[in-house]
Amino acid sequence: MSDTINFIIDGVEIQGREGQTILEAAEAAGIYIPRLCHLKGLTPHGSCRVCTVLVNGRPQASCTQPVAEGIVVESESERVQQIRRDIIDMLFVEGNHFCMFCEKSGNCELQAMAYRFGIPTPKFPYQFPKRGVDASHPDIFVDHNRCILCGRCVRASRDLDGKHVFDFVDRGPHKRVAVNAEARLADTNLDASDKATEVCPVGAILRKRVGYAVPVGKRLYDEKPIGSDIEAAKTK
Amino acid sequence: MAKPKVATTSLAGCFGCHMSLLDIDDRILKLVELVDFDKSPIDDIKEFSGRCAIGLIEGGCCNEENVRVLQDFRKHCDILISVGDCATMGGIPAMRNNIPLEECYAEAYLDGPTVHNPSKQIPNDPELPLLLNKVYPCHEVVKIDYHLPGCPPSADTLWEALVALLSDKPVALPYALIKYD
Repeated sequence: MSDTINFIIDGVEIQGREGQTILEAAEAAGIYIPRLCHLKGLTPHGSCRVCTVLVNGRPQASCTQPVAEGIVVESESERVQQIRRDIIDMLFVEGNHFCMFCEKSGNCELQAMAYRFGIPTPKFPYQFPKRGVDASHPDIFVDHNRCILCGRCVRASRDLDGKHVFDFVDRGPHKRVAVNAEARLADTNLDASDKATEVCPVGAILRKRVGYAVPVGKRLYDEKPIGSDIEAAKTK
Repeated sequence: MAKPKVATTSLAGCFGCHMSLLDIDDRILKLVELVDFDKSPIDDIKEFSGRCAIGLIEGGCCNEENVRVLQDFRKHCDILISVGDCATMGGIPAMRNNIPLEECYAEAYLDGPTVHNPSKQIPNDPELPLLLNKVYPCHEVVKIDYHLPGCPPSADTLWEALVALLSDKPVALPYALIKYD
């Protein structure tokens, strides 16, 4: 085929297609590249950097970097794994992640990522920032303590729901997700059926009254690491 | 040869992690064959009787006494293990970390919905350990060699880690035993 692009991930020859990102091409070949802000169906954002790979020796976000003929990609090397571990560590200490009582625990992608990397505890000092909770909406609540600024809710509301309920405000360490109203989620046009309510990788945007429905042991990441579905497709 | 000694303590914790240690069921008989307990609430020994191979720390540091006990453990133990989410990240007590101490005292002793305190006194006896400005995970106070997360870590997690250390093997916990809840 004319639009086939040949490149290498960790010494394995991969055939990608024109227009694919490295992450997509790897996934099609049964190679899982860890990611948090990326979600199929949403415009790639490249913000969490967990999907960092080395492309010809340079760090790139594989969720936004297109495949190119002859590139050499490093994904599972110790150096790349260390970069990812450090990012996950930083995401934990920058927020207030109290897994022990979080409704998302067991189904949380950030937690699952730490499990996959076998992180017993982050190595950086905890920041314990002061953040708020917005429980004004009848069906949905926002807990900013758990937000990792992946922008999935921003993109889903804008691109899938056509509403623009969420967006980022402020810069740098002050950056946060705000709602499209004076202050409260209840004053936006968010509906419980909106896609934006389903995409949060952590427990920052959750549905009310359905917490802890799945028992410990039966949750998404209790037994199998995140990404193992993609890796299982390869062995078939 | 004398058995290696294990010491345990609960700092700013709820004793849930110690309960989890008892939850190893009949393996506790094997454990007492493998080790002697030194300073620990399990045998109620209050002071170290000598050098210990392993110290298990439950809870983080919320007051000056916690810090002193933790430093004492570091001095007496070859290997120090943070056991549970409170020891590894501060846990539930650390929820006060973004609330000023003065407001915490006011809520606990003056304004809380269930408080009955007509004298409006906040306990201030010299006997009482002073609270720290915030709750610290153990590894931010002394060097910690291993972390076992969980609330509490499961009995299997504690057992696997202890047996590995006692038989001079690296602590390599399988996927199912590293859990934060």
